[in-house]
Amino acid sequence: MPEYRHGTAAIRALVRDDAVHRDVYINPELFDLEMERLWRSAWTYIGHDSQVPNAGDFYTVNIARQPLLMLRGTDGAVRVLLNRCAHKGSKILGANSGNCGKLLRCSYHGWTYTLDGSLRTVPVKSGYADTRFSESEAASGLTPVADVAVYRGFVFARLNPSGASFEEYFGDCLSSIDNLADRSPVGRLEVAGAPLRYMHNSNWKMFVENLNDTMHPMVAHESSAGTARELWKDQPPDAPKPMVIEQFLPFVSNYEFFDKMGVKIYDNGHSYTGVNFSIHSSYSAIPEYAAQMEAAYGAERAQAILGESRHNTVYFPSLTIKGAIQTIRVVRPIAVDRTLIESFTLRLVGAPPALLERSAVYNRVINAPTSVVGHDDLYCYRAIQEGLASNGNEWVNLQRNYSDREKEGGLLGTHNGTSEVSMRGQFRAWVAAMTAGGAGA
Amino acid sequence: MGRGDDRGRGGRVIQAVGDDKTLIEFVYHEARLIDEKRFDEWYDLYAEDGRYWMPLMRGQPEGADHTSLFDEDKLLLKIRIERLRNPKSYSQAQPSWCQHILQAPSIERRDAERGIAVLRTPFMYLEYQQDQQEVYAGVAWHHLKRGAESILITLKKIELLNCEAALPSLQLFP
Repeated sequence: MPEYRHGTAAIRALVRDDAVHRDVYINPELFDLEMERLWRSAWTYIGHDSQVPNAGDFYTVNIARQPLLMLRGTDGAVRVLLNRCAHKGSKILGANSGNCGKLLRCSYHGWTYTLDGSLRTVPVKSGYADTRFSESEAASGLTPVADVAVYRGFVFARLNPSGASFEEYFGDCLSSIDNLADRSPVGRLEVAGAPLRYMHNSNWKMFVENLNDTMHPMVAHESSAGTARELWKDQPPDAPKPMVIEQFLPFVSNYEFFDKMGVKIYDNGHSYTGVNFSIHSSYSAIPEYAAQMEAAYGAERAQAILGESRHNTVYFPSLTIKGAIQTIRVVRPIAVDRTLIESFTLRLVGAPPALLERSAVYNRVINAPTSVVGHDDLYCYRAIQEGLASNGNEWVNLQRNYSDREKEGGLLGTHNGTSEVSMRGQFRAWVAAMTAGGAGA
Repeated sequence: MGRGDDRGRGGRVIQAVGDDKTLIEFVYHEARLIDEKRFDEWYDLYAEDGRYWMPLMRGQPEGADHTSLFDEDKLLLKIRIERLRNPKSYSQAQPSWCQHILQAPSIERRDAERGIAVLRTPFMYLEYQQDQQEVYAGVAWHHLKRGAESILITLKKIELLNCEAALPSLQLFP
């Protein structure tokens, strides 16, 4: 087995233009390097600012093995700090979320910090007289993550102190977040309740790749969506569809449907399917909502916002969103074969309750650990995780609609929807981040 | 509450859902049908407007504005049952099996006017597939009514102990 930490040649050799070596999914050393290089240099999704509406509200996460906390300050700003006491390193907040009051207080020796992370008090401070304490790391308090961006309520951070700016990193792909937020008549979103948390015993990239893999639904979801179609098939065509039937049926649309949907590729591994239409395009209209949107934006603009029906947008590597149904799925790698997927339901502020109900139903039926669609997908990811142990063929094929033109012209722009170009784009970004600056050479 | 107490608030005698023993045995029977995969019989235990609900949050209020782990009407239950039998359900190529272990149900409430009885049953639930066995625990609430021929479930609400936790695939029915 090659050794990957030192030098870049071995890592470069893992990614061909149209295939990747199995080690990217099963090698623990590569997972460590992904956390150190790719996940630290990427702009990763932390949370939504609606999760911390008031001063002292916090939400804790782990990104690239770093315990972080997102915290609303007394000045109203949302900060991201290392969740580590400046003294002996204890996590300063142990709960998943909550309100810490006016100060953060360490559970061990009672050091306190103001909500911007500054050290406020240390018990019996006289013990530090004449110790040059003010020159210590501890004196500067909780370490902030310097590079934080809040975009339409979505809070992202880059852990490496240098690298692409937020706007450079995501570019025009941010239009999917815009479209999601614009679907609120007042342009605002709120996280609605707790996330569905689904532990996947598979590598994180299988999930991320799958979001814009449009050749799997009619096969993998034949069991779930196909069963729904069977149960519904004797109904007259004009019979009003229950919401779950309306949500299930498009999953087993044919290849032509998914191909014509289109996929758009951006730099840095980002992409979205559903350029032209998607599985969300034919949901029943909610007339009251359409009227609200027209009143808020004018007829033309409202039509443009609601006319978009993007399928999945991948903000590589940590966030995937579904604007048309207002759910987001957050990717939290834990080990080379372990990934937590957290699915949040979003409320379009100011929109009728029927929208939230539809999102809540969709999230449950498709993304829950109890979801039959989820079972279909995770079975496949796990089957890959185990199947890749096979010797004799060490390559994962990503050749669908590949052309040598991709080498010169790049991948950017719109392609047919069933192309595997989004995965090729993700691995270009992967190899760039994993070998940046001749990493470790 | 005494056995066979079926008096309404006004003291008038109305039709009972069933005596205590019948109600308690119904709850045991429901779990057994799942464990033995007698899903058609299990499905028939649910009233036409019956609901199988597992909230995602502790103390989650009623209402459609919060998502859940399960919130199945009879159509969704039917889809799940038929999917388990579908040969293309690869996630069940190696079938899952489950086992309920129930504490004795208690009869929490009888609403004589609506003809409804509510039972509370702490449980452990094990789900097994291919060398992996998961252990769950919680409290099940059965809302039962008297149907034309038998007792029917109008609501089974399952409060899972670790409802907010990161869970693996849960493929059968706690």
